[in-house]
Amino acid sequence: MKQAIMKLDGLTCPSCMQKIEHAVYGVNGVQDVKVLFNAAKLKTHFDSAATSADDLANVVQELGYTVKSIKVKD
Amino acid sequence: MSTSSSMSKEVTKLNLWYSQNPGKTSAVLAVLIVISFGLDLLHLGTVGPVIMYIAGVFGTIPIAIRAWSALKMKTISIELLVTIACIGALGIGEPEEAAIVTFLFLFGNVLEARTLAKTRSAVKDLTAMAPEQADVVQEDGTIVATDIDDIDEGDQVLVRPGGQIPVDGKVLKGSGSAIESMITGEAKPVEKEVGDDVYAGSTLDSGALTVETSAAGEDSTFGQIIDLVENAQDAQAPVARFIDKFATYYTPAVLVIALLVLIVSRNISLAITMLVLGCPGALVIGAPVANVAGIGRSASNGILFKGGNAVAALAGADTLMMDKTGTITTGKMNVNETKTFTTDTDQAFAELAAIEADSSHPLANAIVAESKKRGIELNAAPEMTTIKGRGLVNADETILAGNPQLMADNGVVLPAAVQEAVTAAQNAGNSVVLYAKDGTVQLMVAVGDHVRPGAAAGLTDLKKHGIKRIVMLTGDNQAAAAQIASGLPIDEVRAELLPQDKLTIVKEAQDKGAKVAFVGDGINDAPALATADVGVGMGGGTAVALDTADVVLVKADFDTLASAVRTAKGTTRVTTQNIVIAVGTVVLLLLGLLVGIVQMGSGMFVHEASILLVIANALRLLRNK
Repeated sequence: MKQAIMKLDGLTCPSCMQKIEHAVYGVNGVQDVKVLFNAAKLKTHFDSAATSADDLANVVQELGYTVKSIKVKD
Repeated sequence: MSTSSSMSKEVTKLNLWYSQNPGKTSAVLAVLIVISFGLDLLHLGTVGPVIMYIAGVFGTIPIAIRAWSALKMKTISIELLVTIACIGALGIGEPEEAAIVTFLFLFGNVLEARTLAKTRSAVKDLTAMAPEQADVVQEDGTIVATDIDDIDEGDQVLVRPGGQIPVDGKVLKGSGSAIESMITGEAKPVEKEVGDDVYAGSTLDSGALTVETSAAGEDSTFGQIIDLVENAQDAQAPVARFIDKFATYYTPAVLVIALLVLIVSRNISLAITMLVLGCPGALVIGAPVANVAGIGRSASNGILFKGGNAVAALAGADTLMMDKTGTITTGKMNVNETKTFTTDTDQAFAELAAIEADSSHPLANAIVAESKKRGIELNAAPEMTTIKGRGLVNADETILAGNPQLMADNGVVLPAAVQEAVTAAQNAGNSVVLYAKDGTVQLMVAVGDHVRPGAAAGLTDLKKHGIKRIVMLTGDNQAAAAQIASGLPIDEVRAELLPQDKLTIVKEAQDKGAKVAFVGDGINDAPALATADVGVGMGGGTAVALDTADVVLVKADFDTLASAVRTAKGTTRVTTQNIVIAVGTVVLLLLGLLVGIVQMGSGMFVHEASILLVIANALRLLRNK
């Protein structure tokens, strides 16, 4: 199980947060996901055998939100 | 399959471009709208309206994409309302309405993002202070600059004069003075020597240190503070959570109502205007934004709220209960008097100090500190058991060290001389530790503490800000407690309490309808902190309080406590105002629609204005002291 922390561009509507959480949570291998609305951060635990931090970042980008940086921890 | 996926890629790219260039998008829209109106004025026939259609479509596309991506996640968003309204407007030949609405919506979003960033600036400043790198000493003695996330417990880190201390840990080599105001609230530099604890986020004023890491990055105390504040800004007060829930049903409801209007009135224009007017804009943002500004501002002043809940609870508190030792007083105890009842003073004191050396009680610390001062060598002590609120006792109860109650519990009768000395010391505001061996009191040590500077002023200020009753709780005797309370605006003193009594007193007050804020150090009053309507951690060290309290005061003084209550009240007030503004806007717009003075464009304008108004209202919180 790995943890990824992504810094996003500032979020302006609370529904953006639900949208992102929903989408990332739907990815196979994601155990939990939390978007910090005001800090514009996404924290997620995922199974590195099933998906990768870059894949998850792509999911976020596809929704129209810029991912500024990704950090992965074991 | 491949075409559809490449198309969705194009849409994704377009969506990203729009979201990264909201300013450009709205500027292009504005230019198109102005050109179109200009051409109309020049009576250039159909060119003006055509450009207006282009503007309407150009503006609707990014909003429609966002509406679609939300819809895929089963969320009915504001964007969906706006998209339907704009498509409708384009369909019934009102392109200027669509163009203006999308312009106002997109430009409004730009302004919202800007002003929202301002409400978040206080916390941004805080996170910017988090260390990112550390100079790690390698096994061969070389030094490698390492990313903070790659540093492990036990790594040795070099800190240069003027540099930032990057990790929590113990000083291994060197000495210096550190400024720890972020962690302890103490503005003055603190001397650091081998064996002392240092904290990430503090700066080394002078000297050089090698530090053995105990925690780094998010695990350090400073990392936890940032994490707490970031989470707190999202954790909303009950009223805001209600609005959030409401808004998720409200938006679909607007869609249904507009549809009903369409069916009943057969008037597309009226129905799509309903869609725009019903947008819950200020309602969604109004309450959270107050939270963000209030919590952010407090954090930069060393007041950490764990969330909107804590803010609301502190604002609503009418009774303040506080622990005496370490909260009202500094908790720094000094031995004021030692009185021996045997022939060998030093022997008895050395024995007592050796026993107390294993305890972390403030009284024990004072006695051990005193023994160091006197240069007394501490010998091995017998194994002792702690009896809460009483003292220490060995296995066969022949050695006792504690308060007079402990003596009484164990059948040790105090001779008149001892009783006299105890009473005198207690009346002077001291706590008394008695040391007895085989049923005879050998020694009395009087330990005293002093009231925090500024306590009287801070508590008086609190009474002006809605705190009706202040109660002091202590395990000490009545005389010592009364001595401390005199000169402070304290309504009630409850003395000679056991730790569990504090919890009972909090519950009793709550049963009588009081909203209790409990202020304590979080060390031995954790149950009371947890039971009170709001627990404020003060004076026990930030790391301890982060676990148990709802509100943590990094700087332990009453000025900060009063400021926390003021900010909580201010934040709650702004939240209420913003909800009134948001609901009022929707009501006024609907009334305006009924009497026919509100159009789609003007409706959107009022909406965006109300959103900016609630953000501006929240920004006032950043200015408050």
